[in-house]
Amino acid sequence: MLRIKNLQSGYGKLTVLRKVTMHVSPGEIVSIIGANGAGKTTMLKTICGLLRARDGEILFDKRNIRALSTESIAFLGCSMVPEGRQVFAPMTVKENLVLGGYVQYRRHLQDEVRRDLDRMFELFPLLKERQKQLAGTLSGGEQQMLAIARALMARPKLIMMDEPSMGLAPLVVRDIFQNVTRLRDEGNTVLLVEQNARAALAVADRGYVLETGRIILEGKAEDLLANREVQRAYLGRDLDAETRI
Amino acid sequence: MYWEPEYETMKRDELQQLQLERLQATLHRVYMNVPFYRKKFDELGIDPDGFTSLSDLRNLPFTSKGDLMDNYPYGLFAVPLREVVRIHASSGTTGMSTVVGYTKNDIKTWSNLVARILTEGGITKDDVVQIAFGYGLFTGGFGLHYGAERIGASVIPISSGNTRRQVKIMQDFKTTALVCTPSYALLIADAISETGINVNSLSLKYGLFGAEPWSEGMRQEIQERLKIVATDNYGLSEVMGPGVAGECLERKGLHINEDHFLVEVIHPQTLEPLPPGEIGELVITTLTKEAFPVIRFRTRDLTRIITGPCPCGRTLVKMGKVMGRTDDMLIIKGVNVFPSQIESVLFAIEGTEPHYQIIVDRKGALDEVTVLVEVSEAIFFDEMKKQRELIDLITRKLTSELGISVGVKVVEKKTLERFEGKAKRVIDKRRL
Repeated sequence: MLRIKNLQSGYGKLTVLRKVTMHVSPGEIVSIIGANGAGKTTMLKTICGLLRARDGEILFDKRNIRALSTESIAFLGCSMVPEGRQVFAPMTVKENLVLGGYVQYRRHLQDEVRRDLDRMFELFPLLKERQKQLAGTLSGGEQQMLAIARALMARPKLIMMDEPSMGLAPLVVRDIFQNVTRLRDEGNTVLLVEQNARAALAVADRGYVLETGRIILEGKAEDLLANREVQRAYLGRDLDAETRI
Repeated sequence: MYWEPEYETMKRDELQQLQLERLQATLHRVYMNVPFYRKKFDELGIDPDGFTSLSDLRNLPFTSKGDLMDNYPYGLFAVPLREVVRIHASSGTTGMSTVVGYTKNDIKTWSNLVARILTEGGITKDDVVQIAFGYGLFTGGFGLHYGAERIGASVIPISSGNTRRQVKIMQDFKTTALVCTPSYALLIADAISETGINVNSLSLKYGLFGAEPWSEGMRQEIQERLKIVATDNYGLSEVMGPGVAGECLERKGLHINEDHFLVEVIHPQTLEPLPPGEIGELVITTLTKEAFPVIRFRTRDLTRIITGPCPCGRTLVKMGKVMGRTDDMLIIKGVNVFPSQIESVLFAIEGTEPHYQIIVDRKGALDEVTVLVEVSEAIFFDEMKKQRELIDLITRKLTSELGISVGVKVVEKKTLERFEGKAKRVIDKRRL
């Protein structure tokens, strides 16, 4: 589905990603975990074209999308749920969703947009209840659901999520991640970027550990969870301290 | 039957992508965590960020058995000792032993890869697996044990030795699969015939043999005498232990677990990578090891890479049966001779027993090779004419195979030393 080779990217003189190689296969949830500043968001921005890659290869469905515009990448089926939700606050929930269906609309599939809207209301009954409410008045968790649903309206082949748990209460985070798992079970492919490594690895099939712009570990999510280096650095667990108690 | 079809039958381009990801991650980890590699890379001006394709591997320095010994015991570990849950040492076929460590994840990976190899060799959860490899610092026993348990087979951890008891247990416990060195399998076969047990009355179906080079002739012999399907598997403790490669039931080479090990074959003298098909020294880079990763480790084992599709459906490339070790290679009168070449000649000749010894000596300035081979009692005692003919035949065949003349002596059955672990076939008196 997505195959990245030796991707280099950054801002101005600053190189953030150094030769990152990774992939996402159809139907899997892949989590990229790493500390603040490791390059996680830069990676997603570079994939969807918001940031130009300096070097390397980004193949999406076997097509090199490195030089394509963000719109074209979205049309190819790569949707992003941005960090901090970024819902359109002064618009209603329904309007937000319809905007998410813009790709379908441009394909003159208005009927499909209507059908997708119904499907989103089915998937997220809460959004149906609040469809006429302004998005800005929703709670953080509800806004996150809306941001996910909005991305799904484009019928993406790959959904990329940037820190969906950010600033949300633990119970809400659980709810969000349950939804991510459900998306995968329904055949979607998800690339998840998270600081909350425990939650991200708990739902993921595979994961990568990003450190100062380099991937230092790749593996099954359960293996990464069992890796003590990962536990110490990203799960805030010092096993040696624990055993001393 | 596959254990992990998603990896064993992976498309080549997907596999190469995964290998590159894992190679880059491994290089970053060894550079960060192992002073030995950091120093070596810095000295050679190698930037771990500079690896953009698998073929860049050839720019990396080799790691030798000597490097491992120099860093004895823990110098090459990539994690602190408190994360290591197991320590093994190489069986020391040659020289001093080397020490290797495993994290929890390493043990899990190891079990899984051995489970793959056992599955390739025909083993399922319904099998009763008798593991007659030594348990202990040697990785053979534990490695196969974990793999068999992972599959869910019934494991008999009998370890090596006490051959009569092996046979009794094999009979009483209804063992369906035997795991040991090929030379020990023959010893067990001898013990079975001596006790007068009809092999057909045993439940034995499969045998997985490894830890030493063995010829196709020896395979035939083992298969016929034990009435089993015998497959070869390969591994070495410096890299992980068993589980690096194993034969499928086609028995035409050992599939390498390439998603975990990157292999190359190099010319043992020029050290240049060789194209597939050519025989040279196997070099392995680990891709997923946590505690003890190795970069371009020179195994000193001689083999070749076999490409092309396998009828079993696996896309993993194969390596040929190991022909010998670079340090087993005898240079006799300037000609390279491998014990395995001698073995395959002997096994193809009617009337010889599968036990032999090669003695190399120097008379004046000339190397002299004598092959001792056991023959059946009938030939040894009764029929001198037949004995003469047999010696002539062996001499002729060996001379044409090796390109040098060798002396042949026949000895009475059971006079040569037997081995429960790795066999020692060559006695080189030149060094003494």
